[in-house]
Amino acid sequence: MSPSLEARGLTRRFGSFTALDNLNLNIQGSKCVGFLGPNGAGKTTTLKMFTDLIFPTSGEALINGHSVRADRKRALASCGDLIESPEIYPSLTPREALELVGAVRGMSAPDIRSRTDTVLHEVKMADWADSKVGRFSKGMKQRVNIAAALLSDPEVVMLDEPSTGLDPRGMAEVRSIIRELKRENRLIFMSSHILSEVIDVCDEVALVDHGKLLFYDTLANVNARLGKGATSVDLAFVRPVSDADVASRIVNLPGVTGVSRVDPQRLTAMVTGGPEAQSQVLEQLVASKLGLLSFQPSRSALEEVYMREISQGDS
Amino acid sequence: MSTPEAGASGYARSGEGPAIPDTARQALILSRYQLRDYLRSRRFVLMVAIVVFIGAILSLVLAKYNGAGLSSSSDAFYGTLWGGGVYVVIVFAGIIFGGDAIAGEFQNKTGYFLMGLPVKRTSVYAGKFIAATAASVVCVLLYLGILLGNGFYYLGAGAALSGALFESFAIAMLYLLALMGAVFLFSSLFKNSLYAVLVVAILFLFGFSIIDELLQGLVHIEPWFIIDYARQVIGYPFLTTLPPHTSTGMFGITTYNPTYAEGLAIMGGYFLLTAFGGLALFEREEFT
Ligand SMILES: Nc1ncnc2c1ncn2[C@@H]1O[C@H](COP(=O)(O)OP(=O)(O)OP(=O)(O)O)[C@@H](O)[C@H]1O
Ligand SMILES: [Mg+2]
Repeated sequence: MSPSLEARGLTRRFGSFTALDNLNLNIQGSKCVGFLGPNGAGKTTTLKMFTDLIFPTSGEALINGHSVRADRKRALASCGDLIESPEIYPSLTPREALELVGAVRGMSAPDIRSRTDTVLHEVKMADWADSKVGRFSKGMKQRVNIAAALLSDPEVVMLDEPSTGLDPRGMAEVRSIIRELKRENRLIFMSSHILSEVIDVCDEVALVDHGKLLFYDTLANVNARLGKGATSVDLAFVRPVSDADVASRIVNLPGVTGVSRVDPQRLTAMVTGGPEAQSQVLEQLVASKLGLLSFQPSRSALEEVYMREISQGDS
Repeated sequence: MSTPEAGASGYARSGEGPAIPDTARQALILSRYQLRDYLRSRRFVLMVAIVVFIGAILSLVLAKYNGAGLSSSSDAFYGTLWGGGVYVVIVFAGIIFGGDAIAGEFQNKTGYFLMGLPVKRTSVYAGKFIAATAASVVCVLLYLGILLGNGFYYLGAGAALSGALFESFAIAMLYLLALMGAVFLFSSLFKNSLYAVLVVAILFLFGFSIIDELLQGLVHIEPWFIIDYARQVIGYPFLTTLPPHTSTGMFGITTYNPTYAEGLAIMGGYFLLTAFGGLALFEREEFT
């Protein structure tokens, strides 16, 4: 059976405020899904209902077909998760904390030992395996938490902003850990604010805002979706470009819908038609010998779609 | 290439992973690590210091007054020093180890670590209950050890190990369970360690005894629902005759004393009601 995560009409209200509104999401199979949305969108609320930390007002969360609320033990059996930077009992060492996790999960002692070494090495905490967690920095604790989520080599991995609190190298390490986690028969569902991270590791994205799902699609489709809108491209030149040149040789290029000036040597062009059109504009600009130095779409496709969808929600 | 029988080797398994231990087994696993955390904690050192301090004062008083008139019989000796004082050790230990047991899981966010695991909430609660009780028992045993040391000195080897003392120890353990249940109930109820600790300390150190007095003195009813009323049965094994169930004193005021069975029933009842009440609350609480 392939791993799955399913939200059926999942709704959560806090008093009169609806934090998550009728979320229907069915994720099947081995893939990495990025869960995006602005602050307060309802991402953590969703993940907490998937781990039975909070309970739905209505609807149901299922992991591998098992309702989390009805049978949390079965639902979470093959699921590793990291929600809201938990604390570990301060006087335990990472090795002991992982031993606890392994024992509760029913892993054998030799299995726990070898997996502990593997995951602590992966999160670069092997040197700290026998020091008390209580004295660790935030980032070090987060690394141990990631190790704990991965200990049992789970089929489903749920992560809420896994790279929070990590240094730049730590973030890169988390990214590579997640990339390595992608293997046969594993479903990864992670919330994140770092779009580059999502682009880097995820196959699909789900976007929520104000508690509502805006879309759930593959990254490839998100890129295609971009074709329908305009992308802003930053242009830099080695010498100043006159207004006359802009009017005669840039604005009229196919795909360009508008140009604005940043300074004498820098312009911002709006280009429609997606990557294909951008490439043609670039070639034309080079051919026109205006002294083009750089051509940079200012936002990734995902960022573009994200901004567009979010602002539609606001209006 | 031959295809091996799936499962025949005991090695091939479905994607479900290893079998998750049952609820009781998981509770014991959790209690082991929780107890380890308690025994390494500063509060354990504090609790040991309190017990040693109480023990030292008792020993000094006994030394100065040469047994303080208690060395004539082991019942008098332990009846006063154990029967009269062990509840203080139990109340302190219960508060120190149990006060934040559940509240701390919310306040310190350690709950997020445990609750992400495939465990029932019952296992988490029971694991913590067992660990807090075990840590308290360690402290009570330390107190017992100090008293036995004095007992050997003043009563001699023959009388130091009295059967009544062990009977009383067993009742004290029941009192500990009842107290721990109440502590866990308040700890679940408030989700805040400070409130839980304060309420339990106030109730068990003097609140209940005030209510007990009021009920008996003013409205003349038997305060069978107050645990302090039951507490005195801890001292019963040392008495040759138990106090009368009711007696009418000056001004016609009726005073009540619990019967042996009644005392045990009250403690047992408190334990069951509060421990399961706390669990019922914990089952419904959210880690928001
Ligand atoms: N316990 C609570 N009581 C009241 N409101 C809450 C509670 N928990 C969350 N909310 C509200 O629900 C909404 C969604 O919160 P949530 O934590 O799910 O957002 P998020 O998408 O994870 O945001 P972020 O990116 O900042 O982590 C927010 O408006 C928040 O204020
Ligand atoms: Mg969040």
